[in-house]
Amino acid sequence: MRHDFLDRWSRIDSPLHRLPASLKLATTLLLLLAIVATPIARAPVFFAAIGALLVALAALSRVPPSHLAGRLLLLEPLALGGALLAAFQPDGTTRVLTILARSTLCLAAMLLLTSTTPFTELLGVLRRLRLPALLVTVLALLYRYLFVLADEAERMRRARRARSFVPRRTRSWPLLASLVGQLFVRSTERAERIYAAMGARGWR
Amino acid sequence: MHIPDGLLDLRTASAAAGLSLPALWLALRRLRGGLQRRRVPLMGVAAAFLFAAQMLNFPVAAGTSGHLLGAVLGAVLLGPAAAVVVMTAVLLVQCLLFADGGLLALGANVLNMAIAASLGGYGVYRAVSRLLPGVHGLLVAAAFGSWCSTVLAAICCALELASSGVARWSLLFPALAGVHMVIGLGEAAITALVLAAILKARPELLTPSPGSRPERPRRLAAVGLAACLALLLFGLPFASSHPDGLERVATTLGFERRAAPAPLAAPLDDYRLPGMGSAAAATSAAGLVGTLVVFALAQLLATALAPRARAGQQPGPPA
Repeated sequence: MRHDFLDRWSRIDSPLHRLPASLKLATTLLLLLAIVATPIARAPVFFAAIGALLVALAALSRVPPSHLAGRLLLLEPLALGGALLAAFQPDGTTRVLTILARSTLCLAAMLLLTSTTPFTELLGVLRRLRLPALLVTVLALLYRYLFVLADEAERMRRARRARSFVPRRTRSWPLLASLVGQLFVRSTERAERIYAAMGARGWR
Repeated sequence: MHIPDGLLDLRTASAAAGLSLPALWLALRRLRGGLQRRRVPLMGVAAAFLFAAQMLNFPVAAGTSGHLLGAVLGAVLLGPAAAVVVMTAVLLVQCLLFADGGLLALGANVLNMAIAASLGGYGVYRAVSRLLPGVHGLLVAAAFGSWCSTVLAAICCALELASSGVARWSLLFPALAGVHMVIGLGEAAITALVLAAILKARPELLTPSPGSRPERPRRLAAVGLAACLALLLFGLPFASSHPDGLERVATTLGFERRAAPAPLAAPLDDYRLPGMGSAAAATSAAGLVGTLVVFALAQLLATALAPRARAGQQPGPPA
């Protein structure tokens, strides 16, 4: 069972990966602000410069470009959808291209951040920023138990297959729902055990 | 419906963040206290669960697909304050781990999907389940509430996009609200199905209000409530002067900057596409009718799903 499917490339070694997470988060934020606040008149030059910077950083990060490009392509439809909404304005083409460029650059910046920073380090930064402890705990538990839930769901799917389940269109919705419902019930029982374990280790 | 960066201007993004931060803070405050500590692991696990559930895509129509929001599902199972926190956590992880939804747009996404959807949908759920008691009423309320939450989130999204000048309100409202009226059907169905499954396995996790089949006046009241909600959801945004006022001001200012004077009516007519002016009205009308239709569908769904053997009684723990 692959356990690193979520944070695949964030723990390799590269000049970018070695930088502290707070610096990377702050830089990304500044980059995003710069991209969003660029006036349309100066846009092409600025966007080209930022794009070149992002490509350079991506090369420095040693993350496989196919992974980055693949994720970018996966998320691009979101940017496209938003940009196309602007097509019906009088200066439609300029607006669509500007929005598309902005969204894509922002996406690329965020992808770089997430690919070079393990989520646990980002959580540490959020905690140091005085994010409420409850929220940080929920985030940490969310991250941890995604993998656990994935394992559980995979076990249930395998059990279903072992019982010769053949998906049929009309029956598949209620069956999927009962699977999901069962998953939640098991999650609540797991949560009770987690609470007991946390208490036993002195969590208050 | 996760808004990426680059669509919202800084003003709208800041305003949305300014609205969602206090609401989030209030939700966190409500969860403080000894009794709630026990629920933290449950919230973490529920957050993971909702995150996974949001990855479920279901086909809607003509090549588009919708995905589950889960706000009302979370609110029914955990309570509204916990649902707000859990949905915020899901959105944070989606943003920081998957770049799904922008970092600057996080305030807006939290406002739409964690706060408006959870609280609005939960309010509908509580009102309807008070009018229609029992397991059947709970399922009707949850299904209808989930549909409302999806549409509400879409309308908030349209407001933010319109305020950022991405497109006109008269285009955004029909496009977003219309599509999500259909996506909301999937949300309603999945929420009801999952709750029914949970009711069968662990009924003590949910507590429907006690009582037998409601009499005629209460059922009529429930339908009346749905009608009022329809008016609020679909009449107000369209009838409200604010979005149109924003556009009117922008157009007027743009008009004033022009060198050559022109009659006031002509530029507006040039920009309006044929039929687009009435698309918003058509959506509102569809929404008004659609809300009542969805409410009726929710009733049918609940009748099909509610455990038949114990119709009208409060379900006890499994034997």
